[in-house]
Amino acid sequence: MQSSGQSVRVNGPRSNWDLFWTFNRMALRGFGGVLPVVERSLVHERNWLTPKEFVESLAIAQALPGPNVMNMAVMVGDRYSGLKGSLAAVAGMITIPMLIVLSLTSVYQYYAELAVTQGILRGMTAVSVGLIIGIGLRLALTQGDYRIGWIFGLLVFGLIGFLHASLAAVILGLGIPACLIRWFQITRKSRD
Amino acid sequence: MIEWIVPSVSLWVLGDIFLEFLMLSLLATGGVLSLAPAMHQYFVVEMALLTDAQFTTAFAIAQSAPGPNILIVTVLGWQVAGVWGAMATTVGVALPSAVLALTVFRISHRRANLAWVRAIREGLAPVVIGLMLATAWILSEPWFGDYKILALVVITGLISGFTRVTPVALIAAGALIGGFGLLN
Repeated sequence: MQSSGQSVRVNGPRSNWDLFWTFNRMALRGFGGVLPVVERSLVHERNWLTPKEFVESLAIAQALPGPNVMNMAVMVGDRYSGLKGSLAAVAGMITIPMLIVLSLTSVYQYYAELAVTQGILRGMTAVSVGLIIGIGLRLALTQGDYRIGWIFGLLVFGLIGFLHASLAAVILGLGIPACLIRWFQITRKSRD
Repeated sequence: MIEWIVPSVSLWVLGDIFLEFLMLSLLATGGVLSLAPAMHQYFVVEMALLTDAQFTTAFAIAQSAPGPNILIVTVLGWQVAGVWGAMATTVGVALPSAVLALTVFRISHRRANLAWVRAIREGLAPVVIGLMLATAWILSEPWFGDYKILALVVITGLISGFTRVTPVALIAAGALIGGFGLLN
C-alpha cells in the first residue's frame, strides 16, 4: 500500500459531457458556496488537480473579478479541452441549479399571499443577510499582516453603506490603491 | 406565461439591464455578493423595477437552493422581466469576467506565485470585507426598528462567522422561526 492521500497521478475528464456532469454534481452538492465541494471533488475524489494546482488556480480565480467558482470552472474546462471545455463546465455548473432556483421563485410567487409563506420568507431572508455578515467576519478573521487594509475596509463600508457611493468609484478609488500598496509591501519584503 | 415570448419590460430597459450587468461583472471583486449594493441602487433606487422586499427575497431564495451565488443575479432578473430578464442579468454578469479569466489563465498559465496575484487578492480582501458588511447594512435598512428580525440577522451572522454550522442549517432554522410567526 502506498501512503494514503499522497496521490501524484492526475486524471482528467473523459469528455466534455464528463466535465458538464461533474460540475453539475458539484453545484448540486453546494449549498451556500460551491468552492469547498470543488476542492473535495476535483482534488480528493477525482484527481483532476493536485492540491497545489487547486490552490494556484483558486488564487487567480479570487484575484480576478467575477464569481470565483465560475472563474474556476472556466479555467479547469479550458485546461482539458479549450473553449468548449470552459463552456461545458460553466453550463454544467449553472443549468440545473438555475432551473431549481427559478422553480422555487415561481412556487414562492404563487403562495406569496399566505401568512405562513411570508413568515418563512421573512426568517430565511434575515438569515441570508446574516450569512453575508458571516462571510465578512470569516474573511476578517483570516486577515494577515495588511494593517492599512483595515482603513480601506472601513472607508468602503462607510462610503457604500451610508453614502451609497457608486461601486465603480469605490473600486477605482480605493480598490486599486489598496492593491498597489500591498504590491509595494510584498515586493519590498521579498527584496529584503 | 406570455413573458416567455414577449418580455414584460421594453427592449430598451432589457438592453439597459444587460449593459449594467456587463459593467458590474468587472467590478465583482470577491464574487457576486459584493455587487448587492450596486444592484440595489440600480434595480430598487434608480430604475424602481423591484421593491426592497423583492430584492432581499431573491437572496433568501438563491441561498436556500444548491448552486453558485451567481444565481442571486438570475432570480433578480427573473423577478424584473421573467426569462428574458434572467438571461440579461446572468449572461451579462458572467460573460466579461469569464472572458477575462480565460485570457489571464492562458497568459499566466499557473504561475500564481506572481506578486501581482497575491497583491490583488490580499489588497482587495479588506475592500471585500467592507463591501460584505455594507451589503448586510443596506439589506437590513428596511428592518431598522424591528428588533426581532435584526436580532436574528446579527445572531446568524455571529454563528456563521465563528462556527462551522452550515448555511443550509441556518436557513432552515430561519424558515422555522419565521414560519411559526415568531418574527411578527
